[in-house]
Amino acid sequence: MITSDNSAPVLTGNRPFEILRREDYSDVTYMLEVHHPQMARAAQPGQFVIVMSHSDGERIPLTIADFKREKGTITLVIQAVGKSTLEMKEMCQVGTHLYGLAGPMGIPSHVSSAKKVICVGGGLGVAPVYPQARALKEAGAYVIGILGYRTKDLIFWEDKFRAITDELIICTDDGSAGIRGFVTDGIRQALESHPDTEEVIAIGPPVMMKASAQATKPYGIKTMVSLNPIMVDGTGMCGGCRVKVGEKVKFACVDGPDFDGHEVDFDDLMIRLRRYKEEERVARERWSESCRMSTAAVGSEYATVSA
Amino acid sequence: MAKKRTVRTIHQERTPVAELDAFTRAHNFEEVNCGYTEAEAIRESERCLFCPDPKCIEGCPVSIDIPNFIQKIGERDYRGAYEVITGTNLLPAVCGRVCPQENQCEGVCTVGETLESVAIGRLERFIGDLAIQNNWINKPYIQPSRSSNGGRYRIGIVGSGPSGMACAADMAKAGCDVTVFEAFHEAGGVLRYGIPEFRLPNTVVDAEIDKLKELGVRFECNVLVGRLFTIEQMIEEMGFDAVFIGTGAGYPTMLNIPGDSLNGVLSANELLTRCNLMRAREFPNVDTPLPLGKHVVVVGAGNTAMDALRVSMRLGAEKVTCVYRRSKVECPARAEEVHHAEQEGIEFNWLTNPIEILDDGEGNVRAIRCIRMELGEPDDSGRRRPVTIPGSEFEIETDEVVYAIGTNANPIIGQTSKLKLNKWGYIATDKTLMTSIAGVFAGGDIVTGAATVIMAMGAGRKAAQGMKAFLGIRDIGPLRRDHSIFGIDAREHNFMRVRVAA
Repeated sequence: MITSDNSAPVLTGNRPFEILRREDYSDVTYMLEVHHPQMARAAQPGQFVIVMSHSDGERIPLTIADFKREKGTITLVIQAVGKSTLEMKEMCQVGTHLYGLAGPMGIPSHVSSAKKVICVGGGLGVAPVYPQARALKEAGAYVIGILGYRTKDLIFWEDKFRAITDELIICTDDGSAGIRGFVTDGIRQALESHPDTEEVIAIGPPVMMKASAQATKPYGIKTMVSLNPIMVDGTGMCGGCRVKVGEKVKFACVDGPDFDGHEVDFDDLMIRLRRYKEEERVARERWSESCRMSTAAVGSEYATVSA
Repeated sequence: MAKKRTVRTIHQERTPVAELDAFTRAHNFEEVNCGYTEAEAIRESERCLFCPDPKCIEGCPVSIDIPNFIQKIGERDYRGAYEVITGTNLLPAVCGRVCPQENQCEGVCTVGETLESVAIGRLERFIGDLAIQNNWINKPYIQPSRSSNGGRYRIGIVGSGPSGMACAADMAKAGCDVTVFEAFHEAGGVLRYGIPEFRLPNTVVDAEIDKLKELGVRFECNVLVGRLFTIEQMIEEMGFDAVFIGTGAGYPTMLNIPGDSLNGVLSANELLTRCNLMRAREFPNVDTPLPLGKHVVVVGAGNTAMDALRVSMRLGAEKVTCVYRRSKVECPARAEEVHHAEQEGIEFNWLTNPIEILDDGEGNVRAIRCIRMELGEPDDSGRRRPVTIPGSEFEIETDEVVYAIGTNANPIIGQTSKLKLNKWGYIATDKTLMTSIAGVFAGGDIVTGAATVIMAMGAGRKAAQGMKAFLGIRDIGPLRRDHSIFGIDAREHNFMRVRVAA
């Protein structure tokens, strides 16, 4: 119910979007738990948010990795790869506030009535697949988790997945933990022992989702993927996130982000993701330059760096 | 007035307005039109004939009492002129700039039958700017509304664009507790993300929003209604007595030709949002990038296309070209905008239709392939239908193609509520703009499809009227001149009421 504590609407009062908890999973991967009770109530598996860390920042789409309705938080798992996410890694400490946080966006994942499901998470994709796996488990499915990481040190959320899956396969590229190989090896292994699998959900980098869809295609198993193309508004307004799905143009933000993996044109997606490569490089270099110049750089200084 | 003005006695020439010269302005985002000075405004006000049957009022979608405010300018009673305008129009500084006056008030101006019409838009802007400078606000005494449970009526407005702002203002003036929800991080809707600074400076939008705040309207940004909470929840759980939906028609149309998804092809909405709202022109000082096209081709010739063309020029493109399948006569943009674009060195390819966008081998745009058109028989819209000239295909080298060919209904509210939609996905409403859910009203582009700022504002005000009737609030808003005699609506002049009473 939204009534009692909500008679004064949404975000009035103190600065919203406080970061209540943070955990660093590796040098590049970090988790933020952000206060937003209303969103925690509304969020469903598969949805995403748009985050702005400061008023000059970008609007970055991030999949909701978890939501805690009682605590009133949503969880984001972020990989520091571009300027904005690197900057957020420095700025977003417990007690600080995000400048903007809009969502939950996108059509929630359809929690199917399938009896046996494989949930595949590759790298950072481990986080967004978690709420789906949990929802499926709660719906009574036999859930097989397959998590792929580059190496042992990058593993996160293994325990969270152990708690909600019936079987869990860990894959690492270098074999430092679990089976040596990619998630596709895990998928094949799982499908051999569970040919009655009804659905596969794969979330991760486009190459990994493409390979996963290819791996399941011979078996004719429905495979859902969650796309995260470049977006600006996240509300169906700019068309920057358009993707080709079965020869049709869809907007990932309002028509997705979940699509049938066998229909998605991943090559097109990967080309479109390179659109701002050069600008990303410029921004990142400028950012690391300014970090070197002021080694003690913290949040408030960024705005003045350009001066 | 001493002597009656006639078309013969007034200044024959329309008072020109200062503009930045085309070369300078094509490389910056300064406002092109500098606006009237006081002397210019007074001179222009002297061209109004104060017709006994003023057509301009009928031409105005919100029925501003135009002769009255022009008369006040002539009397140097600028505050009075402001009061007259804001009696019906909340945003004179915005509308004076972006209304297509040549099709509205100025289009039907009596002076315009023989001479150039009175520059109503420029006069409206003069007053609007003066009001911002002097911090005038038309803030009536607001009597708090009383709902059945004793508190003030709570109104939720979805979308902070022109229709939402207009509805919010009227409901606030009716004593309601009004909250406006905006999905972006800044309020203003299309005035913020769409219309570029050189046509409508952000400071003007800020000033107009501040005025709403002074009326007691609250703005909540970062709220995506439909997903964070639904329209039904607003009514059933969150305690809103009525809701207005003004979410606009923002879903851009793509051409559906080969090459649509290449890098370097983008919608005008994306270009404008990156440039205006996200301030990408300051990249890398701000984080949102907008890679510079050397030769930008914009497809379409509406006002959005003109904005996209002129923004591209200002971002530093070496060449900017417009491609439109009909001729200049049929082009939907305001004549003034096309004129400005031409002055700034933008090349127009009329009667040209794109058929394919060509790849450079790495997923980027290399060129656009077009075909020449000629005009055939008139179509349903009354405009002559363009038909292809076989064998006239040619290529334009380009590295950025911008589609400005129209938009569709935003799907989010439709996806998340039981509201009845029409077959195009727009929200279906009755005459009072109430939707299929009692107490939920809608207006602007989400009902009509893409239109103008002033049409949206008109719809917001109309919805506010319907909302007041629905809630049982006595409508004390200013009535249109001569529309009521002794409080009886002009349409009831045949003594209907008297007969009913007898």
